[in-house]
Amino acid sequence: MNLNSPLLEIKNLCVSINDNEILKNFNLKINKGEIHAIMGPNGSGKSTFSKVIAGHPAYSVISGNIFFKGSSILDLEPEERSHLGIFLAFQYPIEIPGVSNEDFLRLAYNSKQKFYNKPEVGPIEFLTIIDEKLKLVNMSPSFLSRNVNEGFSGGEKKRNEILQMILLDSELSILDETDSGLDIDALKIISNGINNFMNPSKSIILITHYQRLLDYIHPTYVHVMQNGKIIKTGSAELAKELESKGYEWLR
Amino acid sequence: MINQSNKTLNTNITKLVNKTYQYGFSTNIEKDVIEKGLTEQTVQLISKKKKEPQFLLQFRLKAYKKWKQMHHPEWAYLKFSEINYQDISYYSAPKSQKKLKNLDEVDPELLKTFEKLGISLTEQKRLANVAIDAVFDSVSIGTTFQEELQKCGVVFSSISEAVHNYPDLIEKYLGSVVPIGDNYFSALNSAVFTDGSFCYIPEDTICPLDLSTYFRINDQNSGQFERTLIIAEKNSQVNYLEGCTAPQYDTNQLHAAIVELIALENATIKYSTVQNWYSGDQFGNGGIYNFVTKRGLCAGTTSKISWTQVETGSSITWKYPSCILMGDNSQGEFYSVALTNNYQQADTGTKMIHIGKNSRSRIISKGISAGKSKNSYRGLVSVTNKAIGARNYSQCDSLLIGSFSNANTFPFILVQNSTTKIEHEASTSKIGEEQIFYFLQRGICLEKAVELLISGFCREIFTKLPLEFAAEADKLLTLKLEGSVG
Repeated sequence: MNLNSPLLEIKNLCVSINDNEILKNFNLKINKGEIHAIMGPNGSGKSTFSKVIAGHPAYSVISGNIFFKGSSILDLEPEERSHLGIFLAFQYPIEIPGVSNEDFLRLAYNSKQKFYNKPEVGPIEFLTIIDEKLKLVNMSPSFLSRNVNEGFSGGEKKRNEILQMILLDSELSILDETDSGLDIDALKIISNGINNFMNPSKSIILITHYQRLLDYIHPTYVHVMQNGKIIKTGSAELAKELESKGYEWLR
Repeated sequence: MINQSNKTLNTNITKLVNKTYQYGFSTNIEKDVIEKGLTEQTVQLISKKKKEPQFLLQFRLKAYKKWKQMHHPEWAYLKFSEINYQDISYYSAPKSQKKLKNLDEVDPELLKTFEKLGISLTEQKRLANVAIDAVFDSVSIGTTFQEELQKCGVVFSSISEAVHNYPDLIEKYLGSVVPIGDNYFSALNSAVFTDGSFCYIPEDTICPLDLSTYFRINDQNSGQFERTLIIAEKNSQVNYLEGCTAPQYDTNQLHAAIVELIALENATIKYSTVQNWYSGDQFGNGGIYNFVTKRGLCAGTTSKISWTQVETGSSITWKYPSCILMGDNSQGEFYSVALTNNYQQADTGTKMIHIGKNSRSRIISKGISAGKSKNSYRGLVSVTNKAIGARNYSQCDSLLIGSFSNANTFPFILVQNSTTKIEHEASTSKIGEEQIFYFLQRGICLEKAVELLISGFCREIFTKLPLEFAAEADKLLTLKLEGSVG
């Protein structure tokens, strides 16, 4: 990998689903240590963007390319992208009945260990690893024995996503509306978790509708998406302007 | 969006489900097989070959006459070509010249077969806490730990031996829970059954070992008709396990068994099955037709019978392990996982007949259908007017894999008593692409994801299985599903 190449570079990406073009000539470059916020009205293609990077099979890339650490990832399976360091915190984390959070988290952790030819950890050793991460998002260990996202409150689901992000120590984390549906306390906890996690070798993409998240996590850039492409890029100030003027202002 | 991603996942999951059957080999051994076909003479010949007492011959002949008048049941949600009962051989046994004194004298070829199936019958390698009766085609070839069990009065032997050693018990209980004319297949079995297992647990005895029968169909043209009878006397307890496999042939073999359980006062019988008969190939050719009648009688007060089954094999499964809750405060349980793939069809469930006061029953059924298979739960909860305070809880969950599988639930509830409490819950779900994608995004591969989803779905049942079986069942389901999720 070229040290000077950006962590993520998207070039002229066109993506469709069932012959509906969602992303149109999308371009974005993200360097290490940067936090990018993506805002935009509903239906502008924000979630599609996040899923395409993660490799969701429903979307087809028509043209363009996605480079991660300098190489194209278009031909990689979702799990390979995950191993390389791409993490997606889902907008609606899905419930998985009968599978305990602990088993799920350990399996995810060990899958990555295995990929990098590192030893897999046993259940007891894993407990010490996960225990420390749980504290970062203010979750009790009792949460491990519950089934993945089953019966979790909205806030718990989102915290679980952040926990997984911290556990997998991903280099590029895409947080899809992680702040929506959270009360102020939960928002603070999650923001804290994210801020502690962030360092100069990582990048984060925040997809959000609200400026308030950006009060806690300061973005390097704010992008506004509309009709499948970025129509404006600015600093954190842009988000504040949007908050008062609305998206209509940009049209 | 759904169609396209389903396609991708379907292909992956189909690959995952279609793993070859590892027990499909057959053993070449000298056999004593009688001519195909079923007449009164056949019945007499079987009885003669087994040197049976007069009462048993009469039992068989009566059953044969009943069977002649009966018709194949049509109510099940199963479709298959007609069975030609005259094209089946009703007796096939490995040839052995003399009576064996101990298991080490068993034909090494047979021992090897069971060894290959992971069942060790020889002294040195036996499973430490399980006594096994091994049934090969029509006969039992040996039972382990017999002497050890006898010390505490437990009888565990093949039913043929029991006929000679305990004729009174056999005469009293055989056909007492599943009457000869109960159904078409019970009549057939009663006429031609060849072997099976017999257990007798005396009063106040907790059986020190788990008892287990392993059934192996080897012959291509013979049917397997075994019969199991378990009697638990007052205050006794026993755990019973049953496993089965068969070679891979492109024709269908018939298996029609009967299991009868009798639990007297305060006795507990726990019966677990992992059924893995050959299920046919991916185009639906071959496989076992599995028509089984299993029924337990909770005869005494506070008696308890618990059925646990993991059904993964057979091309056709027709099976309803049931409990007749006669004793006051008696309890019946049914825990089932039925998995079908390719062109397999399963119509399985249970019957809980409440007669005793405050009798309780619990039904947990999990059906998983993949490929083009059909999987139906069929259950009856019946509460008679005498069963004051009876309670039942039923839960039937179906999981669909892919877009061509089929799941059905046919619950019947019949209550003649206003003091009854009955609960029924049912759900149908599909392994969704979003669930799979969630796993994949976290770096977990498809195989692992499906494995975890399935064992999560079946967890409640697996916890009911004895330890060795639970691990086996978990593995078995994963194996069966290799290549099929979507």
